[in-house]
Amino acid sequence: MAETPQTPSDLSTFLRGLWRENPVFVMTLGMCPTLAVTNTVLNCLAMGLAATFVLICSSALVSLLRNFIPKQVRIATYIVIIATFVTVVDYAIQAISLELYASLGAFIQLIVVNCIILGRAEAFASRNGVWKSALDAAGMGLGFTFALFCLGVVRELLGSGSLMGIPVLGSRFEPWSILILPPGGFFVLGMWLLIFSVIRQRARARET
Amino acid sequence: MTESSSRVSAPALEPGSFAMIRTLGGMAMISGLILAMAYNATFGMIQRNKEEAIRNAVFAVIPGAQTQARFEVNEQGGLRTAQADSGGTPVFAGYDEAGNLVGVALGATGQGYGDVIRVLYGYSPEKQTITGLKVLESKETPGLGDRITKQPFLDNFLAMDVALNPDHSAPLHPIEFVKHGAKTESWQIDGISGATISSKAIARMLRESTERLLPVIHAHVDELREVP
Repeated sequence: MAETPQTPSDLSTFLRGLWRENPVFVMTLGMCPTLAVTNTVLNCLAMGLAATFVLICSSALVSLLRNFIPKQVRIATYIVIIATFVTVVDYAIQAISLELYASLGAFIQLIVVNCIILGRAEAFASRNGVWKSALDAAGMGLGFTFALFCLGVVRELLGSGSLMGIPVLGSRFEPWSILILPPGGFFVLGMWLLIFSVIRQRARARET
Repeated sequence: MTESSSRVSAPALEPGSFAMIRTLGGMAMISGLILAMAYNATFGMIQRNKEEAIRNAVFAVIPGAQTQARFEVNEQGGLRTAQADSGGTPVFAGYDEAGNLVGVALGATGQGYGDVIRVLYGYSPEKQTITGLKVLESKETPGLGDRITKQPFLDNFLAMDVALNPDHSAPLHPIEFVKHGAKTESWQIDGISGATISSKAIARMLRESTERLLPVIHAHVDELREVP
């Protein structure tokens, strides 16, 4: 199997998505759901896990079929594969809770066009074995979930004074409503991007 | 990323149309199989969730209701009790603790901006007003059209006058849509600027539903009064 020159270990394949190449904080991919559904922690976890499931299943299937897919129709095939698993997730969420389904709205279906998933299929799964692709997808998916969670915690805590729907800041706290509205998504994302780039810069400075 | 640079442009064999057709056709079949399995596995649960959601919505739109019973309007304009969905238009009667009829909940459906919108509204035969509305299903644009599912739009329907005309064939004042801020009468719906199509769709489906169903409710209100 012709893989990348220095074959990375399983662990580093998995961890890369979580931290060093975090899809949201480093690659700034998948901004649409990141800004749209992060107003509560529960939405973030549901969205993140749904995307992770789609990512793992579609990466594994793409990797399994990678030698049979002619390159002219590869994007079409990937989209069919991704759309299939998105529909499965869509049914599953409806079966779990219609309320959750309503609060995620169209963003579940929009996982089809989430560029993280197509990006991993194209950049990684179509060139690597099933196990490595699934690990990479799991790392990226959990990295995406982690990023959504970071945004969701700040937005829900300050925007509605609660966490997972449970009030934690008491009745005397005046919620910063702006944070659960769309502009709040941009503010909080900007803040996290700043924090993460400072951390990365420090780490780089220490290495040299 | 290291992957993108390692891509080799080998002079690969040009695959024929057969390979492409085989791949796409085969993938579509696998996809169909997975979807059929997922659909079958979740169908029962989704159905139960939807029934539960309707039950809760009935209590939400009929203030004071403690128990409910399901009736159906058939095509001839008659009313019959129905345990489960058997094809007619459902009518949910809500009763208080003493078993008195406090209101009925009626469904309305219509094309919105995104997809079909389904709503349930409460109607009090005694006061001849709409007592509340809940959107059961909508795929309207987040941030714009989905405001039909929230306050203050829903306040339009807390006490909407739909009294019937003297010969009981239709509401005296058909429900109408007005521009945001122009509402003067209780049977008018204060539109949402930025979501005109969605709020107009609600007005249209409510007008059609009230014109069709309220005369039937009026004619059969005695049957509804008795808890089946």
